[in-house]
Amino acid sequence: MSVSSIAQNVPQLAARRINWTPYLVGIGIGVLSWIAFAIAKDPLGVTTAYSRIAGEVAIPVLGAETVATNSYWKSMPFAFDYGVIFLGGLMLGAFVSALLSGTFKLEYVPDVWKQEMGSSVTKRFISAFLAGIAIMYGARMAGGCTSGHGISGGLQLAVSSWLFLAVMFATGLLTAKLTFRHLK
Amino acid sequence: MTSLFGPGGLGLALLIGFAFGFLLHRGRVTSCDVIVNQFRLKDYTVLKVMLTAIIVGGIGVMLLVDEGLAKYAPKDANLLGVALGAAIFGVGMVIYGYCPGTALGAIATGSIHAAVGALGMIVGAVLYALSFDWVKAHILNVGSYGKIRLPDITGLSPGVIFAGLTVMALAFFVWAERQPKS
Repeated sequence: MSVSSIAQNVPQLAARRINWTPYLVGIGIGVLSWIAFAIAKDPLGVTTAYSRIAGEVAIPVLGAETVATNSYWKSMPFAFDYGVIFLGGLMLGAFVSALLSGTFKLEYVPDVWKQEMGSSVTKRFISAFLAGIAIMYGARMAGGCTSGHGISGGLQLAVSSWLFLAVMFATGLLTAKLTFRHLK
Repeated sequence: MTSLFGPGGLGLALLIGFAFGFLLHRGRVTSCDVIVNQFRLKDYTVLKVMLTAIIVGGIGVMLLVDEGLAKYAPKDANLLGVALGAAIFGVGMVIYGYCPGTALGAIATGSIHAAVGALGMIVGAVLYALSFDWVKAHILNVGSYGKIRLPDITGLSPGVIFAGLTVMALAFFVWAERQPKS
């Protein structure tokens, strides 16, 4: 499988389209995690830094006092440090990849969603906003997301992370079954 | 860390983040459709990327730890918190169509609805911080086993677990490659 599919994809890599075989991408992320563990001493992860940024963003609404004295944010105050810069790098990397491949495109309603739920931008935005609240609340309660738990924790064989993966896929499969019912 | 590509290793952070974002995009997992279709079992790209990353990453990190060049830092096994959080996360991931990392990548490639969801993610983080004391007292302390790893509870060595995982993943990849493309 992987050898032949990598071989098939070699000419396409040269054509600068975004269909690198997922195995090659997985190997790349795996190697990246060696660097993250051995050199940076900080496993790949997203939501810890994100919630620290959220604390900073929330200051105008909640007030500096509330944020500064909150027991959660106090345990990990905001700074332009490794985790936050990493997120900037992530966005820059995806942006450059999209530019180089000529695939940068404004998307308001994704195709699969459109086929099942219709093309209403308002409906999509409200759903994305509410789901965004849920996904970050869940990630913080679990202690990580698909990166911090799924990949970094999974590769360490952490019990917490394999539990996360199993439950996340279970409710995800169920949700997909219930919400995308008409789509073939 | 202080000297690695600038103060606090920030240059290194930028570089690793850049490579991660680039790979996520090239692997098409910054696409909402690809992620939703994984959960609809129409496209196995997400699982192919994740399993390969876990196995390649895990075997390498295991060897690094054996050589004393890296340290494991598993997250706490607060079983109720992890299970409940993951359950909410799974629902959110299918409706949003992204996980937090791929969402940030998608925003950078032009996804406006991912940006709207990212505002929701800020609200989610704020709500968690505001409810943290309660969650900590009532949820995070239920089934709390600390930083345990699969070798601790199965008695199997990491090498054996990775061998088994590799065999299962290869069998899954062979099967997945035979599925009709959606």
